[in-house]
Amino acid sequence: MSTPAVEVQNLRKVYGSGHTEVVAVRDASLSIARGEVVGMLGPSGSGKSTILTAMALINLPTSGRITIDGTPVLDGPKALVDLRAFRRQHLGFVFQKANLIPFLTALENVQIALEVNDTSPREAKRRAMELLDYLDVGPRAHNLPVALSGGEQQRVAVARALANKPGLILADEPTAALDSQRGRQVMELFGKVAREQNAGVVVVTHDHRTLDVFDRILEMEDGGLIERPSSQTQSKP
Amino acid sequence: MNLAVRDIRHNAGRFIFTTLGIGLLLMVVLGMSGIYRGLIYEATLLVDRIGADLWIVQGGTRGPFAEMSRVSASLEDRARAVPGVASARRFVSHTIQREHRGKPLRIVVEGLSWPEDRGGWIPLIAGRGIERAHFEMIADASLGMALGERIELGKDVYEVVGLTRGLVGSSGDGLAFFTVSDAMAIQFDVLGETVRLEREARRERVAASDLGRMQPEFVERATGLSSGIPAFAKPQVSAVLVTLAPGADMDAVRTTFGNWPDITVYSTQQQKDLLLSGMVDKAKRQLGLFRVLLILISTIIIALIIYTLTLDKVRDIALLKLIGARNGVIIALILQQALLMGAVGYLIAWGLGRFAFPNFPRLVIIESADLLSLAVIVAGISTAASVLGIWKAMRVEPNTVLAA
Repeated sequence: MSTPAVEVQNLRKVYGSGHTEVVAVRDASLSIARGEVVGMLGPSGSGKSTILTAMALINLPTSGRITIDGTPVLDGPKALVDLRAFRRQHLGFVFQKANLIPFLTALENVQIALEVNDTSPREAKRRAMELLDYLDVGPRAHNLPVALSGGEQQRVAVARALANKPGLILADEPTAALDSQRGRQVMELFGKVAREQNAGVVVVTHDHRTLDVFDRILEMEDGGLIERPSSQTQSKP
Repeated sequence: MNLAVRDIRHNAGRFIFTTLGIGLLLMVVLGMSGIYRGLIYEATLLVDRIGADLWIVQGGTRGPFAEMSRVSASLEDRARAVPGVASARRFVSHTIQREHRGKPLRIVVEGLSWPEDRGGWIPLIAGRGIERAHFEMIADASLGMALGERIELGKDVYEVVGLTRGLVGSSGDGLAFFTVSDAMAIQFDVLGETVRLEREARRERVAASDLGRMQPEFVERATGLSSGIPAFAKPQVSAVLVTLAPGADMDAVRTTFGNWPDITVYSTQQQKDLLLSGMVDKAKRQLGLFRVLLILISTIIIALIIYTLTLDKVRDIALLKLIGARNGVIIALILQQALLMGAVGYLIAWGLGRFAFPNFPRLVIIESADLLSLAVIVAGISTAASVLGIWKAMRVEPNTVLAA
């Protein structure tokens, strides 16, 4: 059995203290395999973004353990590795907004993710171009983000997330700013990436029209994590 | 990939205008040191060029450039008699202001001890030296006079027979060279009515004295020319310049002059030091303070601009942190922008200064050392200015990127 892309055990996140204490996530556990696309649903404030940002190592939990690619990285709020270096090497991120750096071209936005991970500029450029071609935005490689459509920007963001061949890709409502057709294309892209790049993908979404893309669906409710029965997942096309 | 250059390229307009402003400020900083050097050059120019070894001035004074100095013209002959002295010249220096072509014209009048000194040491750009005992002058080009032009000074008209360039006094006014007697005539020129009143007052004083009552011809002589009255001393000069004979012992000559109680003697270097420690020193401190203020202002401006640019990039910096960029990448982005801003501002200052400084009313001298020191200062203030931006960037949390 291969190492899971991510394992979360008894994750708990509490904001504030005393009368203002809010439990955002209570004892959530999950395991996502490489090559698997998992959707995370739930109403606003249910804690799904909190668990995602905890897995992204940018929002430290109050307690619980997180293991990524077999490496224990967080024990409660205590970092067991250099979190920034770990993010650089093992994680990819896609957000509701593409969050491309406005003064870099599409190609450079992907290239920078490789260069910060010590890839030589020449190799980074080659690989970035390869990724943009793979995601069908190669012809727009030398355009600044402002000249790209929302869908194209999101594809570039996915290319950036894939740049360092991460074992885990975390996406926070990646289709919220897109129309249904482009939203579906992006979701299908995650499926393709998970299979072909052998990466685990966790997608936080409100978009119920694309649930068929997911291998599994987890639902957050009042800080707790429930796995939706497979019968509730729409059949894949 | 150089993020700083790409960000600047993206915000080219803002960068250009900002660096232009910084460049103008740095040009003023550069100009301040240039003006100071110009002041020193102009102040010591005459002392350097005139070629004297010793300056004999009125006893107890600091010489004609520091204060009023009056010595007897006959001191020239006394000085010549001292062993080791090759030559002695009278020196007259004073500033006058006249109307010229409807504008005020300030002239530093210098007297040459003609015929020994015909101004051969003055670098001429046109014309010749002074060849006649009277009514000829050599003018600095900054006075705006043309060769052959005639100008009335006092009761006489002087012709410009030679032109020089870059010879100005410590106040920046152009020099004009005359024979000593002409320079003194210009200095002591008074209106006819003043002369008449002075002669009348003299006549009354003599007439009221025992001498006048006993010998009426004295009363008659009292109304004549001052130079015709033996009791009156000859008009005095500002200083006497001494040139030593080859191989003469300067200390021995100075010791001799030092024993004369009516005069004080200075070497050329001492005369220069007196000039620089007086008026020029205050100007130096004034310019130095302005320089410090301008450098501080430049630092604050660069710091605020870099801080603003950093604020504009908070999300980008957060993203860089999220994807794992090391702090060095982010620090380099901000520091390089500050250094680039400083470097381009410096080049603008240098370029603009080359065109602007020659048109300043006072001489501005920019030396390589000034350019080098400004480069070091700019590097320093750019680095210091980036600290605020770097501090802000280091405080940005990666999850800022998630904020809508």
